[in-house]
Amino acid sequence: MTGIASFYQRSIGKKVVMALTGAFLLFYVVVHMWGNFKIFLGQEQLDHYAEGLKTLGDPLFAEEQVLWLFRIALLAAFLLHIYTAMQLSHMASRGRPVAYKQRKDVQANFASRMMLLGGIAVLLFVIYHLMHFTIGVAHSDFVYGEVFNNVVRGFQEFMGIPAIIYIIAMIFLSMHIYHGAWSIFQTLGLNGPQYNGVLRGLATLIAVVVAIGNISIPLYALFALSPVEVTGWFQSIAGLFGF
Amino acid sequence: MAVETKDKVGVRRTTEYTAVTLESQVPAGPIEKRWDEHRFKMKLVNPANKRKYTVIVVGSGLAGGAAAATMGELGYNVKCFCYQDSPRRAHSIAAQGGINAAKNYRNDGDSIYRLFYDTVKGGDFRSRESNVYRLAQVSVDIIDQCVAQGVPFAREYGGLLDNRSFGGAQVSRTFYARGQTGQQLLLGAYQSLSRQIAAGKVEMHTRSEMIDLIVIDGQARGIVTRDMLTGKIESHLADAVVLGTGGYGNVFYLSTNAKGCNTTAIWRAHRRGAFFANPCFTQIHPTCIPAAGDYQSKLTLMSESLRNDGRIWVPRKQGDKRRASEIPEGERDYYLEERYPSFGNLVPRDVASRNAKYVCDEGRGVGDTGLGVYLDFADAIKRLGKQAIFERYGNLFDMYARITGEDPYEVPMRIYPAIHYTMGGLWVDYNLMSTIPGLFVIGEANFSDHGANRLGASALMQGLADGYFILPYTIGNYLAQAKLPKVSTDHPACREVEVEVETRMKRLLSINGKRSVDSFHRELGDIMWNNCGMSRNEAGLKQALKRIPEIRSEFWENVRVLGKNEELNQSLEKASRVADFMELAELLCLDALERRESCGGHFREESQIDGEAKRDDENFSYAAAWEYSGNVSRPNLHKEPLIFEYVIPSQRSYK
Amino acid sequence: MSHDTMDLTLHVWRQKSSKDSGGFVTYVEEARGISEHMSFLEMLDVVNEKLIEKNEDPIAFDHDCREGICGMCGLMINGIAHGPDQTTTCQLHMRVFKEQGITDITIEPWRAKAFPVIKDLVVDRNAFEMIIQAGGYISVSTGSAPDANSLPIPKENADKAMDGASCIGCGACVAACPNASAMLFTSAKIGHLGLLPQGQVERDDRVLRMVNKMDEVGFGGCTNIGECSAVCPKEIGLEFIARMNRDLIRASLAKGDSKKP
Ligand SMILES: Cc1cc2nc3c(=O)[nH]c(=O)nc-3n(C[C@H](O)[C@H](O)[C@H](O)COP(=O)(O)OP(=O)(O)OC[C@H]3O[C@@H](n4cnc5c(N)ncnc54)[C@H](O)[C@@H]3O)c2cc1C
Ligand code: HEM
Ligand code: FES
Repeated sequence: MTGIASFYQRSIGKKVVMALTGAFLLFYVVVHMWGNFKIFLGQEQLDHYAEGLKTLGDPLFAEEQVLWLFRIALLAAFLLHIYTAMQLSHMASRGRPVAYKQRKDVQANFASRMMLLGGIAVLLFVIYHLMHFTIGVAHSDFVYGEVFNNVVRGFQEFMGIPAIIYIIAMIFLSMHIYHGAWSIFQTLGLNGPQYNGVLRGLATLIAVVVAIGNISIPLYALFALSPVEVTGWFQSIAGLFGF
Repeated sequence: MAVETKDKVGVRRTTEYTAVTLESQVPAGPIEKRWDEHRFKMKLVNPANKRKYTVIVVGSGLAGGAAAATMGELGYNVKCFCYQDSPRRAHSIAAQGGINAAKNYRNDGDSIYRLFYDTVKGGDFRSRESNVYRLAQVSVDIIDQCVAQGVPFAREYGGLLDNRSFGGAQVSRTFYARGQTGQQLLLGAYQSLSRQIAAGKVEMHTRSEMIDLIVIDGQARGIVTRDMLTGKIESHLADAVVLGTGGYGNVFYLSTNAKGCNTTAIWRAHRRGAFFANPCFTQIHPTCIPAAGDYQSKLTLMSESLRNDGRIWVPRKQGDKRRASEIPEGERDYYLEERYPSFGNLVPRDVASRNAKYVCDEGRGVGDTGLGVYLDFADAIKRLGKQAIFERYGNLFDMYARITGEDPYEVPMRIYPAIHYTMGGLWVDYNLMSTIPGLFVIGEANFSDHGANRLGASALMQGLADGYFILPYTIGNYLAQAKLPKVSTDHPACREVEVEVETRMKRLLSINGKRSVDSFHRELGDIMWNNCGMSRNEAGLKQALKRIPEIRSEFWENVRVLGKNEELNQSLEKASRVADFMELAELLCLDALERRESCGGHFREESQIDGEAKRDDENFSYAAAWEYSGNVSRPNLHKEPLIFEYVIPSQRSYK
Repeated sequence: MSHDTMDLTLHVWRQKSSKDSGGFVTYVEEARGISEHMSFLEMLDVVNEKLIEKNEDPIAFDHDCREGICGMCGLMINGIAHGPDQTTTCQLHMRVFKEQGITDITIEPWRAKAFPVIKDLVVDRNAFEMIIQAGGYISVSTGSAPDANSLPIPKENADKAMDGASCIGCGACVAACPNASAMLFTSAKIGHLGLLPQGQVERDDRVLRMVNKMDEVGFGGCTNIGECSAVCPKEIGLEFIARMNRDLIRASLAKGDSKKP
């Protein structure tokens, strides 16, 4: 067996794949959010940014080449992440065929126990998100290229329900990241007692930023609220999850 | 010449002073050269031939585990047995304090000779000089071996091994791994054993209990085991059998031993012809947590080091039920400090234990049961601060608090002595072979190198010395010379023993009486502790010798063992072990009665000066080796005289 | 010290053998008058004595040293491995229940595919043996060792190695893990040996072989939840798992797979 294959055979190998793909996805989530912040600068800026993505890598690459490369990599990472998650959870459920009648968590938190369900929620969301803003089939008023309008209208339509879906999904995503971002270091063996506190803090920070940042967008679209006000909101929501 | 006596209480016993001289095989010559020369003279098994031999090792503790691993490495086929679910759980795991070795890393004047001297003297001159010298010699190799295996001994900041002084030794020669030295040494042996299991050289049988020994044509050739999961009774054959099955302290029911520790292996071997030596040499540890109630299932030891800072006392008044804090200084009796001004609370284990018994017998014991004395840290905390005490004894204090629910920083600890170690065991010669050719006995199971009293941190040393460095040589010498005809499990001897074992199990299951096994074990333990415990006298021993056969026969008529043999049946396992304890108990008391002197852990009230133990070298400078006569109550006594050429016997004094 | 007693209701998993299907049996009468000073296993001893009196099969459970070091005992008590005090079952005392006002106690065996139930509360932990046999040792035969002090080891490393080495192999980590993973157990041994200079020669091979075996015998993977460490009686930390992951990645990059059989 070749090295890579035998590596992937092991539970730890799979975990490493989860961590690497997860890290890549996380990187994407953060960059994606940063890009979307352009919405606060107004229609022109956001549309310009969306246009600019197509010409990324110009002149070395032709239009949309880099974008597609990136999309392919992203898709691959995403699929690998999901496929491996399924394998791991299969292994785990095989590990205990007879369940306990009574089981109490001593250490686990909501986020860590919700990785699979939360992940599935994120998956469903991503599908919806693509249909909503990328392909437009789940959008009543989609115009290719008019990103700003698509977003603002997309959140407002159906009495703002899409916005609510986005907000809930972002809470799931941030929970996933809260446990996942710390996990990356643990899984890759980059953790130790002396760093653990810092890494936990870092993970919390990223999770909170991703949540607030992303949630601020639909809220802005709905109420034209500024991110500062959203932060206050979010803090009270986050409090509910004990972050 | 058989002398039959019928004494007042009506106990009949025969003590036969046969002229058999036990062949101790001790080499002659200067003591430092004996082991080397002996090794040189030993016959070797050709490396290519080793795989033609099979050796059974019963026990996976320090002794058995080390022996099985080493013989596997040498190329023998080894079959190893233990009653737990893993070899790593042998009771060696519980040793806390440390292991001695004459490394002299401290440059404080230690040497092989000093360790030898201390051990002979500590054993109160009832051990074999040559064996003890060899033990001190190989102690040095043990540490090297363990470190190479990855045993994480405590280290100093410079990265070199740390040592401490232990059990009153005047040099620092004790190596330790936190408070878990036994665990770490055992895991070292276990890992080596696991390596041999993986290599196919050792066949490991866990949850397999040896119930009897197979002797064919006078040679030990195998064992009969009961598979504790299926109840299957099976013969295993080999060219030699090694017993490393630990001590028999559980004959007292309450002891610091694990619940499963038993005498079955050595007792059954004794009944098949192996002599049992010095059974009455048992060691009592003074700092154990007292029993809380009659449900108490075992006793927990706390490191002796506590006596360095704790002060032992009881109220002066009898039956004083006030809380410790309410008893004024003037009404407290710091009895050790008073009686032994120079050693105070640091007197040896037996002296500390006996004095605790005396004050409790006077009705001055503390705690609900009245069986306990205070070990008070109030002065030490005042002098050194709570932090310093925490640093020294934090984990012991935690353990105490967990078990008793009392905070020893606030109220004094209560302690009471408990049975801890058995120096007696099967008699072995210098080659560690018993009186049955081909039956070797190692570790706590043999009558060992500790004489009448074992020094702290020396049991681990002996177990590993036997297992790693002595037995693997001497067994080769035996195998190379013995005529070992091929035998198979069809041999009538196997079938015979198997049937005996099967019958025994059936019988235990069919009695269907009224009392549980534990209730018998408790009762036996009470008799032993009260009459043959910390201090012994003729009347008490005779009383015990009358009671033991009585409860033994009640046991066989009135025990209730439910379930069947063909399943995991923990009551049946216990019943079979207790049945053997019932027999051993009698021998132990007989031996104690016979030895009308006080020495080491054996204190005969009739033999004392000023309340201290008085040895009688003129009459008792021998190892008592008991032979099974066919009648448990009438064993034959053989004496191996002990000769001291290097360490001249002297009387201990701690005043 | 007062002798307060408690009346308990026990729900105990009873299973005649590995082939039988088991079920819970409730004991009330047998669990009356339990002293708070008893250990948990002494409480079960008392129940068993009463069962024997009534001619009923006593409850089978594993135990030996009863002082928290052999690792033989281990029960799932009210949903927590070894019960509500972070210690071994044998060192758990009834006063903890008294203090928390708990009188209803559910007792189950460790549950994991790799730890099949043998009878009642007794499970087979041979899978742990197989993991150690796969490489949890340093290959040094008796007699071949150099002088113990020829190899100084920084105290810090020796101490950390000791943290890992203090594992008692009870299996609580597996029992508590939602995935029945044996990562903490395996990593404790790999960490112990890997932190010492003696353990370096076989370090890569060891981690590859032990991890392969761990997966092979049916344990689940790790999801970094930390239940294992939270119930470990010896408080072995998650950093051992991180260290093992690192060692595995390194070894895989260096060797691909173990060359040894
Ligand atoms: C609490 C405590 C603390 C101690 N502290 C120290 C210390 O600090 N320093 C020191 O030097 N010594 C100490 N000792 C003494 C020392 O630990 C033991 O004497 C020594 O470890 C015994 O080792 P062993 O290999 O002979 O027996 P054990 O370790 O008891 O092993 C016995 C083996 O035999 C097996 N066995 C037994 N009967 C059967 C049977 N019938 N069939 C099959 N298998 C069987 C068991 O499964 C086990 O594997 C301590 C002892 C105790 C109890
Ligand atoms: C943008 C989306 C996502 C991001 C940023 C992300 C990120 C991460 C990260 C960083 C980890 C930690 C890896 C580790 O344990 O070291 C992780 C784990 C996990 N992810 Fe995701 N993930 C995303 C989507 C998903 C989806 C769609 C699923 C759906 C199945 C999923 C399921 C899981 C599971 C089950 C784990 C835990 C795996 C384990 O520890 O065994 N994730 N994720
Ligand atoms: S019985 Fe030994 S650890 Fe609990």
